[in-house]
Amino acid sequence: MGFRGTASYIASKELSHAVDVAVALGRPLLIRGEPGTGKTLLAKAVAEALDLELLVWHVKSTAKAQEGLYVYDTVQRLNDSRFGEGDVRDISRYIKLGPLGKAFAAPRRTVVLIDEIDKADPEFPNDLLHELDAMSFDIVETGVTVTARERPVVIISSNAEKELPDAFLRRCVFHFIAFPDQQQMAEIVRVHHPGLEGELLAQCLRRFYWLRDLPELRKRPSTSELVDWISALLHGGISREQLEKELPFAGVLLKRETDMLQLRRTTTPGGPAAPRRW
Amino acid sequence: MFIDFFHYLRRRGLPVGVHEWLDLTSALGQGLAGESLAGFYELCRCLLVKREAHFDLFDQCFAEHFHGVEAPPALTDDLLNWLAKTPPPPNWSAEDLARLRSLDLEELRRRFAERLQEQKEQHDGGSHWIGTGGTSPFGHSGAHPSGIRVGGDSQRRSAVQVASERRFRPLRGDQVLDSRQFSLALRRLRLLERTGGELELDIEASIAATAKNCGDVELCWRPPRRNTVKLLLLMDIGGSMTPHALLCEQLFTAAKSLRHFKAMEVYFFHNCVYDELVRAGDQHATVSTLEVLNSVDATWHLMVVGDALMNPYELTHAGGRIDFYSHNAEPGLVWLKRIRERLPRGVWLNPESPEAWDATSVRMVRQVFREMYPLTVDGLTAAIASLGH
Repeated sequence: MGFRGTASYIASKELSHAVDVAVALGRPLLIRGEPGTGKTLLAKAVAEALDLELLVWHVKSTAKAQEGLYVYDTVQRLNDSRFGEGDVRDISRYIKLGPLGKAFAAPRRTVVLIDEIDKADPEFPNDLLHELDAMSFDIVETGVTVTARERPVVIISSNAEKELPDAFLRRCVFHFIAFPDQQQMAEIVRVHHPGLEGELLAQCLRRFYWLRDLPELRKRPSTSELVDWISALLHGGISREQLEKELPFAGVLLKRETDMLQLRRTTTPGGPAAPRRW
Repeated sequence: MFIDFFHYLRRRGLPVGVHEWLDLTSALGQGLAGESLAGFYELCRCLLVKREAHFDLFDQCFAEHFHGVEAPPALTDDLLNWLAKTPPPPNWSAEDLARLRSLDLEELRRRFAERLQEQKEQHDGGSHWIGTGGTSPFGHSGAHPSGIRVGGDSQRRSAVQVASERRFRPLRGDQVLDSRQFSLALRRLRLLERTGGELELDIEASIAATAKNCGDVELCWRPPRRNTVKLLLLMDIGGSMTPHALLCEQLFTAAKSLRHFKAMEVYFFHNCVYDELVRAGDQHATVSTLEVLNSVDATWHLMVVGDALMNPYELTHAGGRIDFYSHNAEPGLVWLKRIRERLPRGVWLNPESPEAWDATSVRMVRQVFREMYPLTVDGLTAAIASLGH
């Protein structure tokens, strides 16, 4: 079962290859890349292409590895014991499975996305190691062991902010989504704006990549910002000639004040700003 | 398999372990490399390299180790599209087939390369060009007794060529200059303690207390964890630091924008620390160094950023200071030692690369500040690690 992207997700050859390798070897696939390069969408595309259910775990900075497996809702149980009805002694009523737990317990194979794993504590990935290897975990409170019938396809996305522990990296297949080049970007844009005229698209891409290459930009515009910008241009009825002279709706591409100032400095005909004094 | 390559990668500093190697072998056994050097390159990269900062190094190693490996001639997408169609039904006579002669491998390779150069359109059923269903030795579904089968993964450029392009050089951790990366490295400088401030709910203690109370809910409180690191940042803004102004500015911005430290003070100096420092943010406010030192104590962390390049007598002589109008009563080294004694938890960050640290003044400074690190993200991380974080 080869992964080749879907109608709405353009995958590079290297990425498709990495997905195939991860699925064949049964290893989690670790994806890193600049924000806005389609890491989260990849999991959706893989689930679509392989026709499997997708379970998502959006990791927060306060997340604990245990929460992905299951949570024992003690507060609810305490509350029920004082005010509720039903058999409070049956602990299994208060065990709620997390996304990874649900994937293991599922009767069919699933795709699990662990999104932005680097947001959590540095020790978080290590806490998942054993479960990812053995594909099973114990629910201590009830004494039940949940084992995965079918090994789920685990996709882990990371924003390249924090370093991940070595023992965790060892178990993963790694892929870095490089920023798409002009040709790939043209295909991606065409998926979102199918009717876009070729010349205008080429001009938009030229301006976009010029902007990305400006020196000293704090936050470079990403793929999703480009798509939004083109929507704005189409809505505003901007023509190719206007685009050549100026950069309308720059606020859709640049989100920092220093970057906007930098842009203005570069496009002002008065020349570069006076050198700063220390 | 490929044990030499494995050891070569390890020698060059890539952290490849036995587990990754076993994965690679098992993947090769399952045919996941495709039948091309490019496929093998991609497979190796996704199984052996786990950080994009190592991509460039891996590319270099791959290009060097597999240099000169004869990759099959490049097949274009057009050619593969022509070959994707089903062949026409065969209509050869027995004599035609008898006339076909087996070619040896060298001859085949040579002719194949020629055809690839010359072929401009689709051909089927023929005997000369690359196509389907014919008697030519190149293509598929034909009747030639020997030949080269073409059809499969496209391969626009050879893997060795791709690897030697070094597309990932900007991602190396030893060369990146970005204030956000400095911010992230600086965030590692933390010493979390529970002292003072508003209290937060202590869940474990509350549960234990409630249980002791037979179920009557009782809440317990404790102070939250806070970073207790106090940082004193001293930056050299002398003439020789002008080429490094951008880098220093990024570090300065990163440190300033982080509200991560309990306290942070930034001061500037010229070439070496003397009796006066300039407070950051207020260009003309000079402060006496002794005052600054009195306001800090041994619990503060110190970071000095400078290239330590100066005339050695600035360090050794009273009045050696380069600034004509100020006369320093004590030589620079005395001041540096004073600072060091006051703030034992200190590091010196040097924007010059370590090759330039042979200069006399740098060596003298290093005798006082033994922990000198380059001003890169890796260097900053190592410096923070040396402070015990």
